[in-house]
Amino acid sequence: MAVLLARYAECIFWLARYMERAENLARILDVHETFSRDSHGSKNWLPIVELNADRERFFQCYTNASAENVVKFYVLDAENPTSIIAAIRAARENARQLRPLISTEMWTQINVFYGRLQTLTVTDIARHNLPKLCNGIKEACQAHMGITEGTFFRDQGWHFYVMGKYLERADQTTRLLDIKYHTLLPSTADIGSPFDISQWNSLLRSAAGYHAFRRVYPRGMTASGVAGFLLFNDAFPRSVAVCIREVEQVLGRLTSKYRLRRGNLALERLDEIQAALQTHAIDDVIDRGLHEYLDWLQLRLGSVSEEISRAFFGMEQPVPALTEGPGVAE
Amino acid sequence: MAGASGAFVNGTGNGVGRLLEAYDAQGFYDELFGRPDRPARHTEPIRNTLSAIDYEDLKRRAKDAELELYNLGITFLVYSQAQAVDRILPFDVIPRVISAAEWAHLEAGVQQRVATLNLFLHDIYHDKKIIKDGVIPADLVFGNANYRPQMEGLDVPFGTYIHIMGVDLVRDHEGTFRVLEDNGRVPSGVSYVVENRHMMMRAFPDLMSDIGIRPIENYGMKLLEAMSEIAPAQYQDPQVVLLSPGPYNSAYFEHIFLAREMGVPLVEGRDLVVLDDRVWMKTTGGLAPVHSIYRRIGDDFLDPLAFNPDSALGVPGIFEAYRKGNVALANAIGTGVADDKAVYAYVPRMIKYYLDQDPIIPNVETHICREPDALQFTLDNLDKLVVKPVGEAGGYGITIGPRASAAELDACRRQLLADPANYISQPMVPLSVCPTLVDEGIEPRHVDLRPFAITGKDTWVLPGGLSRVALRKGTLIVNSSQGGGSKDTWVLESDTPVQSQSQGQQSQSMPGISQSQAQSQEG
Repeated sequence: MAVLLARYAECIFWLARYMERAENLARILDVHETFSRDSHGSKNWLPIVELNADRERFFQCYTNASAENVVKFYVLDAENPTSIIAAIRAARENARQLRPLISTEMWTQINVFYGRLQTLTVTDIARHNLPKLCNGIKEACQAHMGITEGTFFRDQGWHFYVMGKYLERADQTTRLLDIKYHTLLPSTADIGSPFDISQWNSLLRSAAGYHAFRRVYPRGMTASGVAGFLLFNDAFPRSVAVCIREVEQVLGRLTSKYRLRRGNLALERLDEIQAALQTHAIDDVIDRGLHEYLDWLQLRLGSVSEEISRAFFGMEQPVPALTEGPGVAE
Repeated sequence: MAGASGAFVNGTGNGVGRLLEAYDAQGFYDELFGRPDRPARHTEPIRNTLSAIDYEDLKRRAKDAELELYNLGITFLVYSQAQAVDRILPFDVIPRVISAAEWAHLEAGVQQRVATLNLFLHDIYHDKKIIKDGVIPADLVFGNANYRPQMEGLDVPFGTYIHIMGVDLVRDHEGTFRVLEDNGRVPSGVSYVVENRHMMMRAFPDLMSDIGIRPIENYGMKLLEAMSEIAPAQYQDPQVVLLSPGPYNSAYFEHIFLAREMGVPLVEGRDLVVLDDRVWMKTTGGLAPVHSIYRRIGDDFLDPLAFNPDSALGVPGIFEAYRKGNVALANAIGTGVADDKAVYAYVPRMIKYYLDQDPIIPNVETHICREPDALQFTLDNLDKLVVKPVGEAGGYGITIGPRASAAELDACRRQLLADPANYISQPMVPLSVCPTLVDEGIEPRHVDLRPFAITGKDTWVLPGGLSRVALRKGTLIVNSSQGGGSKDTWVLESDTPVQSQSQGQQSQSMPGISQSQAQSQEG
């Protein structure tokens, strides 16, 4: 059985994460732009900065969280490690090291995508161009995933790709949901108003979940309905529940098919998340504080990622030697 | 070489239409046209097809091809002002063509050269007979910075030290190929050879149809085969890896290419570890054994325990594992002695000494100034010669006689007299040219050729090689760092012009026949 270099596994895991992250950042910018279009809406773009825990870094470079500054910070600013361009650059660097492993089509698409981002100007990210820009970025990320799905050889590396993608997506879905709370925090009186409903509507659309949601809930739209859908729905591809299920499945396959026994701790962490997702009802979650719940999820997802890194990427401790296996005639 | 009966061509190149109509090789030997008194018959079908292509179309396709190189990231890194910039090696769409007969000759010559240098390396790390017999001066070997005493007495599989070799050839005004330099450490450029061909097949399917060109796609397989052959004998299915300094190395694309073509992991020093004098790589499941390493890291940086202690690129303990025969390295350690400029001058004598043969491909005429006659000749003809120091200066200190001032010639004369052993001299070679698409149109530009040979048990030579082209008008410098580009290099399966229009059937069947003829000349 072909072995996989630990560094390759790490690179492919992070390649997937960075692409997914860029796509979701575009979603977040897009939905926030929609929120802030309404006269009720916040003119303040600070929630995005807070969402990414970037307050300190942001105010080192900018004096106020204007739309222009925040978008620039998250799209064009290559110095900002949480920007889209930094994510795609990191994805490309990983892809570059993975070129013996990934398909030429995967590499070329990332290479061209990064080249295109590099040519973006301040005009391209102006408010009126933002929806178009975000769409372009989302499409490029989805093209990447489609090309990967269609061309990446299904050996060990594929499993690490899938794990990275869904772990990141779960994390980003919690952030997308959280932004609504950050945005609305000063005006809780609006909850349930037509304005509130239209914001949940936008949120769903930016998660590409509006039509699916309608199918499940043909009548009405409530905060708990949308939040529950994004967290717990077992068929919506961006819900946290589906993401966790996917990660658990591939991790299980790595331990069984490829006999990588060291993934057990990560599996235990995933079980904890699964249990929490299954036992909580959305109304309870909202009563006890959705924001806190999302924070808790993000921390647990982080620890899964750490366990995966410790188990497979060989950075923490010397790994025990494999036996020589077949093919040796000593 | 194809004879010139005059039946197919006349002096101005019969059958050549608009595209090459105004082309003038300016008196140099031309790779597509040959010489006026000895025209190249074997390229006639190619010239005809080329001429049928519209100039604007040619330019458009060339532009598309370069864009594709960028998109595919077929680049080398250039370091300027503390920044690393990805650059492509400019690709010229007009191919350079080598006849089957010329190739058979070159192939045999390269094989002879590789065999000789391997015998030489074995000799100097064992009995040192060639030195004892006074054929080559001892200080050239033992005083050489690339001589590795650690290799003394160590036996390598099949006596092969140089597994991958690139030989730099030039063609003079007579059309004679000559060796300019040997590259026996980590020769680069084979990735461009293969990628250029892929590019050509996509951009110019029409130019290539009905022309039997020897394929080059199997380079990776041949390399893997050799890497497996040299692995410690007890492993039936040896694990091969390619060891690279990492993404910031200028030749990183080539490393990617080679690993991918072999289907093996591209590892860095940090991915490997030596335990109990055996080499392991870190995998997702733990440590896995490694048996054969194509290393693209220089001797100095390979193992901080055995060589440069400051190097963080290599793998501590790897030399001991190698010495114990637990892992194979290609190229072997200490091969740099054989591709030194001073040693180069002695290669024709080595061929005589070890094989009792004459060189199949001659050197560029070289005067070894440590020898009194050669020194005198050099001093007498200083204004006509290129004088090169043989030390490790790498291009530094070269005096090009025909272009030097009187003061420079005087300085050169003084240096020669002070330390004659540090110099060789060569005539200036009027490099051959090849029609090349440049901004001004299609013009002659100088080219060289670097064939690649792979040696495990036997030596296999990739048909063709890297043709570098000096894109700047008048310059002889083909180096990529100095504005050089590259061309696809076609080795014909047969030298008989194919009548493509009228007898398509026949042209289909011919390459197969001629290929077997070409192969029969290999052994």
